[in-house]
Amino acid sequence: MRLLLRIHTLLVLLFLYLPIAVIVVLSFNQSRFGVQWRGFTTAWYEKLFNNPRIALYAENTLVVAVVSTLIATVLGTLLAVGLYRYRFRGKGLLRFLLYVPVVIPDIVMGVALLLFFAWVREATGFFRLSLFTIILGHVTFQLAYVALVVKSRLASLDPALEEAAADLGAGGFATFRYVTLPLIWPGVLAGALLAFSLSLDDFVITFFTAGPGSTTLPLYIFGSVKRGVTPEIHALSSILIAASMAGVLLGRALLRRR
Amino acid sequence: MATESRKPPEGPPAVELKNVRKVFDSETVALDGVSLAVREGEFFSLLGPSGCGKTTLLRILGGFEVPDAGEVRIAGQDMKDVPPFHRPVNTVFQNYALFPHMNVFDNVAFGLRMKRLPEAQVRRRVEAMLELVQIADLARRRPHELSGGQKQRVALARALVNEPKVLLLDEPLGALDLKLRKELQIELMRLQMELKITFVYVTHDQEEALVMSDRMAVMRDGRIEQIGLPEELYERPRTPFVARFLGTSNLIEGRALEPHAIETPLGPLRVVAELTPGRDYLLSIRPEKLRLSRAPSGGPNEVRARVRDIVYTGAENQYILSAGELELIAYTLNADISEPGYEEYDYGEEVFVRLPPENLVVVGG
Amino acid sequence: MVVPALFMLVASFLQRGPHGTLVGPPTLANYLRFFGLTEAGFDPLYLLILARSVFFALVVTLITLLLGYPLAFAIAQSRHKEALLLLVVLPFWTNFLIRIYAWIVIFQKKGVVNAFLGMLGLDPLTLYPSWFAVYTATVYTYLPFLVLPVFTAVERVDWTLHEAAQDLGAGRFRSFLHAVWPQTLPGVVAGVLLVFIPALGTFVISDLLGAGRVILIGNVIQQQFGVVRDWAFGSAAAYVLMGLVLLGLWLYARRAGEEGLDRLV
Repeated sequence: MRLLLRIHTLLVLLFLYLPIAVIVVLSFNQSRFGVQWRGFTTAWYEKLFNNPRIALYAENTLVVAVVSTLIATVLGTLLAVGLYRYRFRGKGLLRFLLYVPVVIPDIVMGVALLLFFAWVREATGFFRLSLFTIILGHVTFQLAYVALVVKSRLASLDPALEEAAADLGAGGFATFRYVTLPLIWPGVLAGALLAFSLSLDDFVITFFTAGPGSTTLPLYIFGSVKRGVTPEIHALSSILIAASMAGVLLGRALLRRR
Repeated sequence: MATESRKPPEGPPAVELKNVRKVFDSETVALDGVSLAVREGEFFSLLGPSGCGKTTLLRILGGFEVPDAGEVRIAGQDMKDVPPFHRPVNTVFQNYALFPHMNVFDNVAFGLRMKRLPEAQVRRRVEAMLELVQIADLARRRPHELSGGQKQRVALARALVNEPKVLLLDEPLGALDLKLRKELQIELMRLQMELKITFVYVTHDQEEALVMSDRMAVMRDGRIEQIGLPEELYERPRTPFVARFLGTSNLIEGRALEPHAIETPLGPLRVVAELTPGRDYLLSIRPEKLRLSRAPSGGPNEVRARVRDIVYTGAENQYILSAGELELIAYTLNADISEPGYEEYDYGEEVFVRLPPENLVVVGG
Repeated sequence: MVVPALFMLVASFLQRGPHGTLVGPPTLANYLRFFGLTEAGFDPLYLLILARSVFFALVVTLITLLLGYPLAFAIAQSRHKEALLLLVVLPFWTNFLIRIYAWIVIFQKKGVVNAFLGMLGLDPLTLYPSWFAVYTATVYTYLPFLVLPVFTAVERVDWTLHEAAQDLGAGRFRSFLHAVWPQTLPGVVAGVLLVFIPALGTFVISDLLGAGRVILIGNVIQQQFGVVRDWAFGSAAAYVLMGLVLLGLWLYARRAGEEGLDRLV
């Protein structure tokens, strides 16, 4: 039984890493077509680095991830603290709504945002599809994740601590600044890391909210794949795989140290 | 009720409540029209079982709950719409609520820093306060590195350093073991005398309240049952609840025959209180007030009883007695057997029990 | 998030105007069309696609469960569970699209599988585009979603019950069924939801690995918003999908409470 479980684990892990390994190996293959091994080369990487558009798409991707993460982290933290601290009507509904972006198929969110932006554009001439709309789109789902992560951190907090701060003369903001925020900081950080990687991972929301001139790396890959598989895409994907894995490991190390 | 105080009132009461009412979730009545006044410099205890409203009352004073009706004054000021951070009170929380991310010094300095006092002054006052509560050597420790008793001292220092008009304490010794609790009781009384700050002290431990308080209030179901000096509440409980909650009590029902005589299952008894003939009363007498003897002493209110059970507690013997259909409990101090007048009784022995009229208290009618 | 959803609700009751704009008057036609009630008579085209999508998501969930449940168990009982768990979630953090793309490389005509078969002297298979490819990639994509909550549940299992059951003479399998499986059920339900819902709504996987031959409800929505530009009908289809999901989520929240909802994060 134990052996069976082990074999199963090994096979599933193989299944999980096979596609990644294939991409990485092929990115060093000299052959332009097919998967036959024709010798080692870094030519595809060189080609990639000499492509100025790739640099621009990478920049777009990062700008979206960084800006949306910052906005979502601030808003999500405030939302979680508000839900924790105040009693108000409709709070139960709002709490349920927090979970909706987490589980709703992303296509539904994508088309809803597309429609919304189109409508606002019609009415105000504002909100052309651009990096800005992608960022807004990302914030809508990141917000919920950040709020939920911070919320779980707040749940482990002794409510008397905020009362103690108020008792000692701290107003609402001072209490947040000197007591609540330092205590939930690991949660805020974890939420921000999650939001950042969700932004990098996202394709669907970006697909529906992107406009001309706001191509990101995933969009570029999508477009290229529809035209056919190329070694440059292998190379680009390999770099992204390496970057995200490094990011995850770094994030874990960072969180563990706290 | 009008009582004598050991400290004559000076100026307005430190705390004054008038008809305070608080209902949770529009059905649970936590406070049902509570009125009381705490004098300046007084050690005042709120005593009662859990759910009696004592903690809600304290939280209303701290500003963490808003009363639905009634008036709250602290140091003469109306507290309506005054948030916790503008009140001249500080709280010692039940589980200390020390800020885990700050060391002891920063915890204690928090309130002074919120008042934007110069750092040199903060330092001086915090150090003096840590000295006063005897934890000066722990200033750099984090709360999780402290024992329960040490945390309690930090919580006290953190509140007292702000020199509040009133210190609110919510079962501050509840989480400590018995020995430490006794120690800190004495410590708290010393601090209160030294600093002359009004203490409002919430506890469910009747012994703690009796030992520490200048005056106390017994609460039940959101109402105050009785307010007064500890010995007054103990010796002259006005309700069966107070009689039972503060220690043990023998409760005896009866119907008044004359202004000072009442017919009970033990037979007719004499009382000091003035009764209305024909009305039903409930009498209470403390177990240590019962006088046992082998031979009749000839005093009033003497009845015969049989020893049903004996509990030896070290300092005293507790006798469970049957007197007719009634069960009485009597405590006798465990003196030396050679002491004149000292007796020990045996299981099943017939004894005479005297209920001195001056110790028979009317607790209900 | 709420505001766009409300906009979409309005849109789903409008009609397609010239050049793909939305015009009034309000109508139920989009929903009627989705459920097959057209002026030309009953046409179950979209209902069939919906049914197919549900069936697809169910099969994906089942396969994921068969793969993921024992895996979660193995990880929870391993000495290296931290490392194993990291290994399972690591691929999940690389961009979703890259993971899909990798399967094209594996399954395409001159891809890895066929190259391998060629080495063995076998005839090449047409694996891309195909349903098989779509299933494989979908299972691949959502497997960690199931493993994580099940792992958490397995970690909390009280094994004394299992031992007690065996002690009372229950066979290994029966003891597992009665003493262990029920304890992991909350994690399984959360994991199943986390796989079923996105599988139901996917369009990228079916689009890329099905190359237009595999049409799920997600593809219908995407086409209405893309090529067809009938935003009103697209909104109605999106609302049917969202309605299904929210209904499921609401039922789940009622039974499992906020604690259960937290298991979904």
